[in-house]
Amino acid sequence: MNEVAFRLPIIAGVLVTLLTLSALLIWLERRLLGFWQERYGPNRVGPFGLLQSVADMIKIFMKEDWVPPFADKAVFVIAPAVIIVTVLMSFAVVPFTPSIVVADLNIGLLFFLAMSSLSAYSVVLAGWASNNKYSLLGGLRASAQMLSYEVFMGLSLMGVVMLAGSFNLGDIVEAQRDLWFCIPQILGFIIFLIAGLAETKRIPFDIPEAEAELVAGFHTEYSGMKFGMFFVGEYLGIILISAMITVLFFGGWQGPWLPPAIWFSIKTFLFICLFILLRAALPRLRFDQLMAFGWKVMLPLALVNLTVTGALVLAGHPSK
Amino acid sequence: MLKLLKGIWLVFLRAFTRPVTIQYPDEKPYLPPRWRGRIILSRDPDGEERCVGCYLCSVACPVDCIALQATEDEHGRRYPAWFRINFSRCIFCGYCEEACPTYAIQLTTDFEMSEHDRRNLVYEKEDLLISGTGKYPGYNFYRVSGVRIGGKDKGEAEHEAAPVDVRSLMP
Repeated sequence: MNEVAFRLPIIAGVLVTLLTLSALLIWLERRLLGFWQERYGPNRVGPFGLLQSVADMIKIFMKEDWVPPFADKAVFVIAPAVIIVTVLMSFAVVPFTPSIVVADLNIGLLFFLAMSSLSAYSVVLAGWASNNKYSLLGGLRASAQMLSYEVFMGLSLMGVVMLAGSFNLGDIVEAQRDLWFCIPQILGFIIFLIAGLAETKRIPFDIPEAEAELVAGFHTEYSGMKFGMFFVGEYLGIILISAMITVLFFGGWQGPWLPPAIWFSIKTFLFICLFILLRAALPRLRFDQLMAFGWKVMLPLALVNLTVTGALVLAGHPSK
Repeated sequence: MLKLLKGIWLVFLRAFTRPVTIQYPDEKPYLPPRWRGRIILSRDPDGEERCVGCYLCSVACPVDCIALQATEDEHGRRYPAWFRINFSRCIFCGYCEEACPTYAIQLTTDFEMSEHDRRNLVYEKEDLLISGTGKYPGYNFYRVSGVRIGGKDKGEAEHEAAPVDVRSLMP
């Protein structure tokens, strides 16, 4: 009981921070995209347009919450909740600082992988329940994409696990005290970054919602706050992947002079900006290109990374 | 792959250039003097209407948005009884201005003419007629043309020779 009472403020703090951040991220993304496209982006509502998210939220809450008559109602309603729940659950194991972590699981990394796999269900169920061909196509693509990218996402992280000798994310950060894993695991980092892009369904891997071909893919039929939940889920996913990159490859909270929370925020923020930059710069891949790239390039690379890291770790510890 | 990174880098560099956006309501854009905006009817330097009701603008208009009815005053001077431009149809091509023989119809640099009600976009003569001369300050059609009106007979216009007496032209 004491344990729970002690955790509650942390849980509340993390929840509130994340939901606020994901709303602000809408503004940040549009602003940054604007700057990279030589325009301003939203700058009318409030100072620097900061209240744009508030305006968007008010608008989306006012919208009619409509379930199409041809949809599978129960699944249709559950699907958007699934994505938010799974992503928020993943944040439970992220060590923001040595003290701020909701659940210090000893298999934190596996828990993260499991939750991000579950979030694929949200998209698939949404595509299925919408009972619409575009949504179904989007859901099919999403399932194929997320399943195939899940494989080497997990494999690319095993090198980190080998180096750190633990699945606990806090221990992984501690293991990077001398050298961030982005240097020995540069290949793993790149593979994880690409897999993370595919996992969050961001450009260049946003083919499940490819608005040019599929209207809006799996959320074609969604409106109002249900659509908003997919949106918030996507932005939470970006924060999650950025935070995981920070934790696994860039030393988490570690850094000189500044307090751990600041270091963690700075690093995560930079990766969020990188995600947005990629969206500004890259075109969308074709579906077959995506699958071929995943299975023929990324998976072998991840396996090579895994075996080489394993061999080097074994060579370093001859006694084991 | 390198090209991909180069592209990403180039997009990143865009962050350090000034946006090309002109923040319109706060910051007015530069409009060239020959900008084709809201159409007006001008007056000659004496304050009379320049329009002589020749219908050429109405004929030239590709979307048929100009309608008028010509009439004549007691001096024999033609003018439009009514003149109507439907700006919800107007495409601001400027053909009416080119067709006008008396510089009466002119396009201005004003483009801020949005309305909530579409009917308000139909401009009548009193909406169109301005008190000035527009782009051609000194021009007065009746003073330079050979048309006879009350108070000005044939041969009395500027640079106009007196009419020839055809009977004196005998060989």
